[in-house]
Amino acid sequence: MMKRGSLAVILTLVTVLAILLVLAGLGLSPGPADSTSMPPEEKTGTTAADSGSLRLRQERGRYLAQLANCMGCHTAQGGQPYAGGKELPTPFGTFITSNITPDKQTGIGNWNEQDFWKALHEGKSRDGRPLYPAFPYTEYTKISREDSDAIFSHLQSLAPVAQENPSGRIQFPYNFQPLLSLWRFIYFKPGVYQADSGQSGEWNRGAYLVQGLGHCSACHAERNPLGAVVGAAGGETLGGGQIMGSNWYAPSLTSSFEAGSAGWPLDEIARLLTTGVSLKAATSGPMADVVRQSLQHLTAEDARAMAVYLKSLPESAQPPPPPQAINEQGRAWLERGSAIYEKHCKDCHGSSGEGAPGIYPPLAGNRGVVMTPPVNAIRSILIGGYPPSTSGNPKPYGMPPFAQVLRDDEVAMVLSYIRTAWGNAASLVTRDQVDKSRVGLH
Amino acid sequence: MKTFFLMMAICSIVLAPGAEFAVAAAVDVPDTMAERVKPCVACHGSEGVAGKDSFYPRLAGKPKGYLFNQLRDFRDGRRYYRPMALLLENLSDEYLMEMASHFADLKQPYPPPEPASLTPGEAALARRLIENGDSARNIPACVECHGKALMGTPPFIPGLLGLPRMYMVAQFGAWRSGGLLRGRKADCMSEIGKQLTVEETNALAAWLSSRPVPERDFSVATLAAEMAQRCGDIVRSSAE
Ligand code: HEC
Ligand code: HEC
Ligand code: HEC
Ligand code: HEC
Ligand code: HEC
Repeated sequence: MMKRGSLAVILTLVTVLAILLVLAGLGLSPGPADSTSMPPEEKTGTTAADSGSLRLRQERGRYLAQLANCMGCHTAQGGQPYAGGKELPTPFGTFITSNITPDKQTGIGNWNEQDFWKALHEGKSRDGRPLYPAFPYTEYTKISREDSDAIFSHLQSLAPVAQENPSGRIQFPYNFQPLLSLWRFIYFKPGVYQADSGQSGEWNRGAYLVQGLGHCSACHAERNPLGAVVGAAGGETLGGGQIMGSNWYAPSLTSSFEAGSAGWPLDEIARLLTTGVSLKAATSGPMADVVRQSLQHLTAEDARAMAVYLKSLPESAQPPPPPQAINEQGRAWLERGSAIYEKHCKDCHGSSGEGAPGIYPPLAGNRGVVMTPPVNAIRSILIGGYPPSTSGNPKPYGMPPFAQVLRDDEVAMVLSYIRTAWGNAASLVTRDQVDKSRVGLH
Repeated sequence: MKTFFLMMAICSIVLAPGAEFAVAAAVDVPDTMAERVKPCVACHGSEGVAGKDSFYPRLAGKPKGYLFNQLRDFRDGRRYYRPMALLLENLSDEYLMEMASHFADLKQPYPPPEPASLTPGEAALARRLIENGDSARNIPACVECHGKALMGTPPFIPGLLGLPRMYMVAQFGAWRSGGLLRGRKADCMSEIGKQLTVEETNALAAWLSSRPVPERDFSVATLAAEMAQRCGDIVRSSAE
């Protein structure tokens, strides 16, 4: 992560300088980023909405806001819903989310539908200030105007909470506003989702949910050092990536070696998304948050639509190179790993890694175990955890944390063992890799 | 090596498309709360009695409302201990309540008292606070809330006997520093904890941990109205 950060700074400075020079040469200054944006649709006849249809719209907005997980980011740990104040650490500094309750002083009580649309669709605050893409408007721009208005009417129906949040602590040079405008100019293209007429309605619904409201690519895509999703200029952007400012890797949704669902039955994909567990895997870390806060609320139709779209994504990956042959030293390492497994893991995950599907995830044939980088598996062993409580799985079974029990080399041994046992065939893990993942455990 | 290839062959059959989701053998898992709280046992000891390390508090037999409040506070960052916050991160209130119930209902023998290492002066200091409090600082006697026998007043006030000394020292330290750990929340106990001096809390922790735990059942004790009022936040927040 450190490496990523400093590389980012250097690259940024170079890029900024280069581009500023070019612009200066052309006599331009980095102006509004979205001269390309579409003129906002005029709303007509919203004045006399009768209270019944307003109710319906608010109810719909509530559901859409859940799918977009607005509350997840705009609520501090243990804080008032939607009052903001949550900190989002990234290599560019710490962003702090805004109060989006209808409080007139500290929230968005003075906003109208059009202001709100500009925020969601163009990434601009009411006063025209460009917003940081830590707010995933780069994905939300695909949301339709109708859905945006519904979300707005839901937010406006909440009780106002007066809560002033501190402003983010963004590092130089990222706090330099022209740089943000420039970033938007290069990387951000506003535009609502355009249906693909060659595909079914269900597929299009799924694509709309995944690309827009669900903002899956905010995590499941690689980002360049400037924090922009790689490949955003067109094509699929779900190729997997390290989540900025954390030790989690969001696996590729287009690779059958990571988290692609081409080979999965639709029911099983929908089950994973809405309950947090499936026969083959259990969600953890940031994905467990997404399931609890957002995806568990999907209607059965929407869950299926998402599954249909995810399953249709074309395979993007080459098979990973076969791991190197294991030498004498490696075999000793694995033998010690096997002993640790016997003692600490076998009771739940089984003597052949078979687990108890839906309860204790199987480790044999589990893509999360053999994935490279192995950060998620390291993290799981260090912190343990429960999959989320959801209506489909209200009382999940859990895994104890081992950070207090196993040393770094022991974690590396047992993980190396499960990555190579029972038909799994992945590289061995070193002590240093484990050490890096201990950050933030205390 | 031969077995390796054999395994690969078996797996490629098992992982063949279509067969991928057929579940073969699986670990047999009892559908019980005891099975579900296995992760807790790693630290808190197998039957909810204090774990191997004297820092891990006991859970068995503590009042349900108190246990629930603690679990929720850890999860929501009002009481700070990162490993538990991470563990509980995505669990619902209803589930935390079931966990609390599970541990509250566990009946387990208490550990023997820790050897006392107090001077007579320290012992007197501790007993004075416990029996009389200190009206000059508006500190009620501990027994007013924690019960005549110091075994707690259900459902929200825990007992003070049978706790490791080091654990109590850490809790008092957390309230006194008023910061991250336990003092972030203003309630009747943190207000008292903030005022106690290091001398007083060391004496209290040493004295309390050296007392044997009485055998009787104290689950019927009730809180005087004045104290309930004083602890209104705790009582109310649980009712939500
Ligand atoms: C991944 C985290 C994240 C999610 C999810 C998210 N936001 Fe935000 N949002 C932010 C951050 C960070 C900011 C502040 C950006 C800035 O100050 O430049 C923000 C800013 C905003 C603003 C601008 C507030 C202002 O005063 O200018 C609005 C409006 C907003 N978000 C609404 C929403 C809505 C509606 C949703 C769901 C559809 C949502 N957000 C989801 C992180 C998020
Ligand atoms: C906040 C970041 C984040 C967002 C947003 C996010 N994911 Fe994930 N996702 C992750 C991480 C991290 C993992 C790896 C951990 C795990 O396996 O649970 C993951 C894992 C997955 C997996 C594999 C689960 C498993 O255990 O095999 C699937 C499938 C998935 N995500 C789908 C989605 C979809 C669909 C969306 C959008 C609706 C989405 N994710 C949004 C972070 C995220
Ligand atoms: C008490 C039962 C239990 C024990 C003991 C246990 N686990 Fe787990 N393990 C689980 C559960 C439950 C999950 C799912 C956790 C989640 O979703 O957050 C899990 C998840 C995992 C994962 C992530 C799998 C995935 O699908 O992403 C790995 C890797 C893992 N365990 C390895 C181990 C190792 C290694 C040990 C021994 C050192 C161990 N476990 C001991 C219950 C257990
Ligand atoms: C990594 C070790 C660890 C694990 C695992 C763990 N705990 Fe704890 N727990 C602690 C420590 C240490 C404390 C004391 C923290 C403090 O000083 O405030 C504690 C405190 C508590 C308390 C407060 C006790 C009191 O008297 O105030 C409760 C309740 C609790 N844990 C329940 C649980 C439950 C339920 C689980 C399983 C879901 C669990 N713990 C898992 C280490 C752990
Ligand atoms: C006004 C009522 C009240 C009085 C008087 C009181 N307490 Fe408490 N005490 C509480 C409550 C309520 C809690 C639980 C706090 C929580 O839920 O976090 C508590 C918790 C504690 C704990 C933590 C126990 C654990 O298992 O973590 C200790 C230790 C403690 N009190 C010691 C004392 C001592 C010593 C005194 C006397 C000097 C005292 N208390 C006086 C109400 C009181």
